[in-house]
Amino acid sequence: MRISALALLAAAGLTSASVARSVSYEIPPETIPRDLSQPDAQLVQANCSGCHSLDYLTTQPRGKGAQFWRDAIKKMITVYGAPVAPADVEPLTTILEARFGKAPS
Amino acid sequence: MLTINRRLFLAEAAAAMVAAPAVARTDRIRLPFDNGERPLVRMPQKRPMIALTARPPQLETPFDVFNEGILTPNDAFFVRYHLSGLPTEIDPASFRLSVGGHVQAPLSLSLSDLKRDFPVQEIVAVNQCSGNSRGFVTPRVGGGQLGNGAMGNARWRGVSLKALLDKAGLRSGGRQLTFNGLDDPPMDSVPDFIKALDIDHARDGDVMVAWAMNGADLPFLNGYPLRLIVPGYYGTYWVKHLNEINVVDTQFDGYWMKTAYRIPDNDCHCVEPGQKPDKTKPIGRLNIRSFITSHKDGGKVRAGRIAEFRGIAFDGGSGVAAVLISSDGGANWQEARLGEDLGRYSFREWRLGLNLPKGRQGIHVRAIGKDGATQPFTPLWQPAGYMRNVVEAITVEAV
Repeated sequence: MRISALALLAAAGLTSASVARSVSYEIPPETIPRDLSQPDAQLVQANCSGCHSLDYLTTQPRGKGAQFWRDAIKKMITVYGAPVAPADVEPLTTILEARFGKAPS
Repeated sequence: MLTINRRLFLAEAAAAMVAAPAVARTDRIRLPFDNGERPLVRMPQKRPMIALTARPPQLETPFDVFNEGILTPNDAFFVRYHLSGLPTEIDPASFRLSVGGHVQAPLSLSLSDLKRDFPVQEIVAVNQCSGNSRGFVTPRVGGGQLGNGAMGNARWRGVSLKALLDKAGLRSGGRQLTFNGLDDPPMDSVPDFIKALDIDHARDGDVMVAWAMNGADLPFLNGYPLRLIVPGYYGTYWVKHLNEINVVDTQFDGYWMKTAYRIPDNDCHCVEPGQKPDKTKPIGRLNIRSFITSHKDGGKVRAGRIAEFRGIAFDGGSGVAAVLISSDGGANWQEARLGEDLGRYSFREWRLGLNLPKGRQGIHVRAIGKDGATQPFTPLWQPAGYMRNVVEAITVEAV
């Protein structure tokens, strides 16, 4: 995964309290992690990347099984109101379990 | 309640990403747990840091940094956000901190008001993420998979919250203060990141609103232009881009207090691995920890001569009373020399010379607080992976 540095537009304003300039930055361009770049992972890209980058998924512990991912998806829906269609919960679980749910060999 | 159109939302999310390049040229580091490979990235005002996530940004301090000195440099200080709606522009001239709610005279303070109208104070304090070291938790739990680098120690400069509250004047019946920053949820259905402290805690004189760390303005990603400093408490309370303080006359029941960042409400703050606690409470003070920073696990030293080991220790504000080192796997312990005392909330350096015989030697480090608390030999477990403080150990080879 490549992450470009945020463009810092007014560094002077950050380092000197006496310089009352507006401080701003750009959100870095994001890449799709290789593990989620295949066509059959597009459902994950579409449903998960609205609120956060996909490295939230790829850095999770491996081998936790389908229920770990099903619970995570349901938490996103019930706690955070993620706009995931109910019919997509099991397909998403299947995709994530296949990639990340199996114990490391 | 959803306020966005789902199809539009998904289309925009997909458009925001580009395909990964065929060859990734990023430097990488491997944290010592399964699936621990991470890119090293450069964000504004930061040296290369261990990237956990890109949006919102979460950066971990490379552990070598903790051997550079007792204060963690601003450009290496860890970064943790919850909500991806970060501010993209902050104008220090028009920025205001409001203090309102159950007060006699609500305040709206500019940065120059803050710096001019209240006594300025400094405190050295450790900020540690509740989930620091979560990647080592066994059995593994979901959440940010951090090594030991989601902590840092800095000299914070600002004004005490007590001084602000004295000026605003508390009305009787106030129970808690709530703290909100400029970072917003990506959708209205995601609870805004708002934390709360009891009034007596907020008025203890140590809780601060800080604009500088280690002699410079806060880096953007550490909360520019103001953040709450809650010495001795986990980082979840250290609200960044702080712009709104409210006194409330009830127990605040927002998601980030009532549901998230809860720990088992028992003496050990732990449960049997895999179990759920009967009762929980909001996370609070740091427990005691210590680390070896001078040597890496698997490193080499010369046998039969003195090798100096050093590291850091800290707790939730009682102060470090002693640091004990074992070079025989925990059978015998020697007391290390403690370094300069920068206050009870700071990292405390320790040093000890060890004369090791040839072979692989297990070195353990264990701190004891002035309150008598110490670190367990067997890790305590929580469902959310918070508060890890097991006795740390490395193996070095004396040759």
